[in-house]
Amino acid sequence: MSISSSIGANQRPFLEVKDLTIRFETDDGIVQAVSGSSFTLEKGETLGIVGESGSGKSVTSLGVLGLHRTRSNAKVTGEIWLDDEELITAADEKVRLLRGGKMAMIFQDPLSAMHPYFTVGSQIVEAYRVHHPGTNKKVARERAIDMLARVGIPQPERRFNDYAHQFSGGMRQRAMIAMALVNDPQLLIADEPTTALDVTVQAQILDLIRDLQEEFGSAVIMITHDLGVVAELADEVLVMYGGKIIEKGPALDVFQNPQHPYTWGLLGSMPRLDRDVRERLTPVKGTPPSLINLPDGCAFHPRCPYAGRNGNRSFTDVPLLRDAGLGGEHLVACHLPPEERTKIFQQEVLPNL
Amino acid sequence: MVAYLIRRLINAVVTLLVVTLVTFGVFFLVPKATGSDPALLYIGKQADPIAVEGIRTKLGLNDPIIVQYWKFLKGIVAGRDYSNGPDITHCSAPCLGYTFKTNQEVWPILIHALPITISLAIGAAVIWVLMGVLFGVISALRRGTIWDRTVMTIALAGVSLPIYFTGLLALSIFVYGLGWLPNADYTPFFDNPAKWFTGLLMPWVTLAFLFAATYARLTRANMLETLGEDYIRTARAKGLKERTVIGKHGLRSGLTPLVTVFGLDLGALLGGAILTEAVFNLRGLGYWALNGIRTNDLPTILGVTLFAAFFIVIMNLIVDLLYGVIDPRVRLG
Repeated sequence: MSISSSIGANQRPFLEVKDLTIRFETDDGIVQAVSGSSFTLEKGETLGIVGESGSGKSVTSLGVLGLHRTRSNAKVTGEIWLDDEELITAADEKVRLLRGGKMAMIFQDPLSAMHPYFTVGSQIVEAYRVHHPGTNKKVARERAIDMLARVGIPQPERRFNDYAHQFSGGMRQRAMIAMALVNDPQLLIADEPTTALDVTVQAQILDLIRDLQEEFGSAVIMITHDLGVVAELADEVLVMYGGKIIEKGPALDVFQNPQHPYTWGLLGSMPRLDRDVRERLTPVKGTPPSLINLPDGCAFHPRCPYAGRNGNRSFTDVPLLRDAGLGGEHLVACHLPPEERTKIFQQEVLPNL
Repeated sequence: MVAYLIRRLINAVVTLLVVTLVTFGVFFLVPKATGSDPALLYIGKQADPIAVEGIRTKLGLNDPIIVQYWKFLKGIVAGRDYSNGPDITHCSAPCLGYTFKTNQEVWPILIHALPITISLAIGAAVIWVLMGVLFGVISALRRGTIWDRTVMTIALAGVSLPIYFTGLLALSIFVYGLGWLPNADYTPFFDNPAKWFTGLLMPWVTLAFLFAATYARLTRANMLETLGEDYIRTARAKGLKERTVIGKHGLRSGLTPLVTVFGLDLGALLGGAILTEAVFNLRGLGYWALNGIRTNDLPTILGVTLFAAFFIVIMNLIVDLLYGVIDPRVRLG
């Protein structure tokens, strides 16, 4: 015990999430939004979290920020260690002070994520002053204008006084990023930061996030359903399905040698310009499972073309996240034996990607 | 902005003109259609036919309706003379005519009634806004708890119980039972502010109870909607104190829609709170409206209607102008 805790203290990663489970008690039943998620992240690295809507990716990140504390029906268990501080058992006030300070978040739709009745500038000033109490307004204002300039907003002094609806989509997302970065966060969570933007602007915003990450050395969690974004930015990837991590590994490994049939499906449904035009993209058949009533066994089995290849285990046993048998850090939660997975991937899946 | 204001003012005048046209039409055409005679209402049913004819001439009831309407309008703007041969009565502008029953000028009656109605409306408005918002916010924040349920049950009672019930109940408890308050009575504010306050407190609270209930429900609904917005999550993600999240970010957008409702409610009340004024025997515009209806006194009804329409139109204009200030997304012009 003493040995492991002393090792832990020395070697604990910057962010370590252990066995995070988030449930919501609703009138319809218990929503298992996230079950047993574990991952780690070091400063300067980027973690991509991929999955369909309702797979638990946003809930995971909101859980890290402690934003479920204000919802009385949320039950959060597990451990979240940020820079050697445990957050789930920490006092509300302590987490509040970390929120927006040491850890910040960029939201998906900046038009609805910014207050319509306050100027963009004043919202950034507000974010700065919460974490720098006693700063006078002028200093905070200069800091905000500085940040607006830093994220590439032209004429920042003038735009400071504008409202969110007076910004274009891309500029609004830049302003949102400026607001998140105003306190130099060491952990930045970006929840689908480019989903609401058009493609050319998407690339600019991703470049911006990458540049700022290099400049500040922050750890970044990039939540997206766009695999292209993950391929572009992430060092490591988590694939989530039905509230569970089903595949995890270095981004390159997950893309070049995906192990889970769901990941194959995601890759297959991605348009590719560098391949011949096929008649149709291959979607993942079926719909995401209800988090209130998850299928028994592997949550993916109703949609999995390979379910049942390994006896009845797909229908009865929940697969554990285990070493994919490829060496390295690549983990997968699938009942298929590694050899068969490799065979199926090489013979059936890869030719169609 | 100036152009907008001028356009809106012209609009307001046109609206008021239409209101006068419609009410005038209703009150002077309908008796014609049903065969009752305004002159008889004025002078009494057993009157001498010659006297009736004299009144007809004097009030201009023999003129075509258009001419009558024109004289009515002219009376408001420039005053008018009622003449029957040598017998000339001058009614100075703004002239709304004479009451049928008591032969008094309508305008001074209403002008004297106005401070009572304004005192009643504004005092009640202050109470209902404070109470409604306070309880609405509590209810929204404690959603689903015993607090929420209690507040919403009381609010439901407030919406459903009529003034003549709650008013009489309040009278019997606080005046006749406990003797805490004097009977409702109007004392001009500048004569004696303390008496003004105590005399109107019960009517205020009674009237406010009805509106506070509606406002609590509205506030609750607006706050619940606002607190589910993404920008509230952003405010929390910034690390703001929960007090700031609710008190600044939440209230700012949760209460904005109330401005519209409040403007209209206040405007409507300034035209007379008929039931409240009747229950507490306050001689405001509502009292005169009721009196006019009871005695078939067309000029009084016409006058009160005009006053009411005027306040609604003005409050509407104020609300619209206010939106240009409180909602940056609204551009006037």
